[in-house]
Amino acid sequence: MRVLPVGDTALLVEVASGEQAQALHAELVRRRAEGSLTVREIVPAARTVLLDGLTDPRRVAADLTAAEVPPAPPLAETVVRIPVRYDGPDLADVAAHWGVSPQEVARVHAGTEFRVAFCGFAPGFGYLTGLPPRYHVPRRATPRTAVPAGAVGLAGPYTGVYPRSSPGGWQLIGRTDAVLWDHARVPAALLAPGTRVRFVPQAEVPAP
Amino acid sequence: MTDRALAVVRAGALTTVQDLGRPGHAHLGVPRSGALDAPAAALVNRLVGNRPEAAVLETTLTGCAVRPRSDVFVAVGGAPCAVTVDGRPAAWGAPVRVPAGALLEAGPARAGVRSYLGVSGGIAVEPVLGSRSTDLLSGLGPVPLTDGAVLPLGTPGEPHARVDTAPQPASPAELVLRVTPGPRDDWFTARALRDFTSRAYRVSAASNRIGLRTEGPALERARSGELPSEGMVLGAVQVPPDGRPVVFLADHPTTGGYPVIAVVRSADLPAAAQAVPGTPVRFLAVRRR
Repeated sequence: MRVLPVGDTALLVEVASGEQAQALHAELVRRRAEGSLTVREIVPAARTVLLDGLTDPRRVAADLTAAEVPPAPPLAETVVRIPVRYDGPDLADVAAHWGVSPQEVARVHAGTEFRVAFCGFAPGFGYLTGLPPRYHVPRRATPRTAVPAGAVGLAGPYTGVYPRSSPGGWQLIGRTDAVLWDHARVPAALLAPGTRVRFVPQAEVPAP
Repeated sequence: MTDRALAVVRAGALTTVQDLGRPGHAHLGVPRSGALDAPAAALVNRLVGNRPEAAVLETTLTGCAVRPRSDVFVAVGGAPCAVTVDGRPAAWGAPVRVPAGALLEAGPARAGVRSYLGVSGGIAVEPVLGSRSTDLLSGLGPVPLTDGAVLPLGTPGEPHARVDTAPQPASPAELVLRVTPGPRDDWFTARALRDFTSRAYRVSAASNRIGLRTEGPALERARSGELPSEGMVLGAVQVPPDGRPVVFLADHPTTGGYPVIAVVRSADLPAAAQAVPGTPVRFLAVRRR
């Protein structure tokens, strides 16, 4: 682990992989919960975890520099299921990129268990990992000026769902009616770092 | 009868409700938000007898005008401006009694960018994740003020402060921002690192609550490629591909993929919030505490 100071009260902890970042994030959240780490924000990202609002960053930096990357934490018990209609405008492009049919894109995506690696971009936007590298796709060359809320997209190693309408460059393969963010709900975010996620083709969702 | 509310008569260029913000949710992609010139917001609250967490109005360059529906005390601070009650001059930086139905106007900023209006009882819009702040990046919190909008007010607590005028810092003729290097200073050439802390920048007109943008020498990267997204802090000096440093302010994104060359001391950020476009900016390297 590489520990980089950020200003006077924050540390950026850099590790070798996304899996390590998720494991480190879980461990730091555990330490905060047990009271051995006092920090305002723990922000996981692609290869790092940011600790912001530390009272004693030097001591925490010394502790972390000496520490090993923790083992992956046990999986959460619950799996969030997100119903999807696989009819996105980039489905054919993604299928061509993968060298499969559009139906196969849906089958692979819905057959994968994802995990929220981190959140960002907008409240409730999760970067979900789980697709094997052969299914990673580049962002669109030209981002869309408006991606509708509920759009399900792919970019690089990630899949994600747009919580609200916004500009975006991800390849859109489907859409969902699930509400990713509702500040009147507790919790407001459907997805948080560590959450397990499965996408369920809408046709398979039982009628209410 | 009392109707504790404030009618917006002139919203101004951009007036938002702000309090201490909503820290603690960055891992969900929620910016901290909150008053950009936090000491000015705290001062106007103190002047009208509010608690520090009460919500105030933050104006941008052109001030605003409001009409309370009950008797209130108002204090205007931050960027200096003319204060009038029904057209009569009133004090800036001091508690002013505004009777029900009277028009309280904060004029255009004479210097600086953002004036703060504290109202006894505080602006009592519904909080979102524990804060009433408008977050212009993610759209959380109340929308910016519009002419004719009506804002609820809370119940006044303490009596207003007994002061004539509270001293406040002048808006900066030159903005000096003390920075500690990193975490990604190794992404820049030695020359860029030298330029960054020795050459003159200016505040760009494209600055907003998300970031203080600058114009000046472009900072050259020592490496190509992309930095994977990583967590961002308040005061981070991010360098986008055009090479011009951007200082992250309260509505900054929680993660970002451009390298952060340095971080501004938090004590220097209120002055950054008051620096008008064109103000010279100097980044001064200091030792980490």
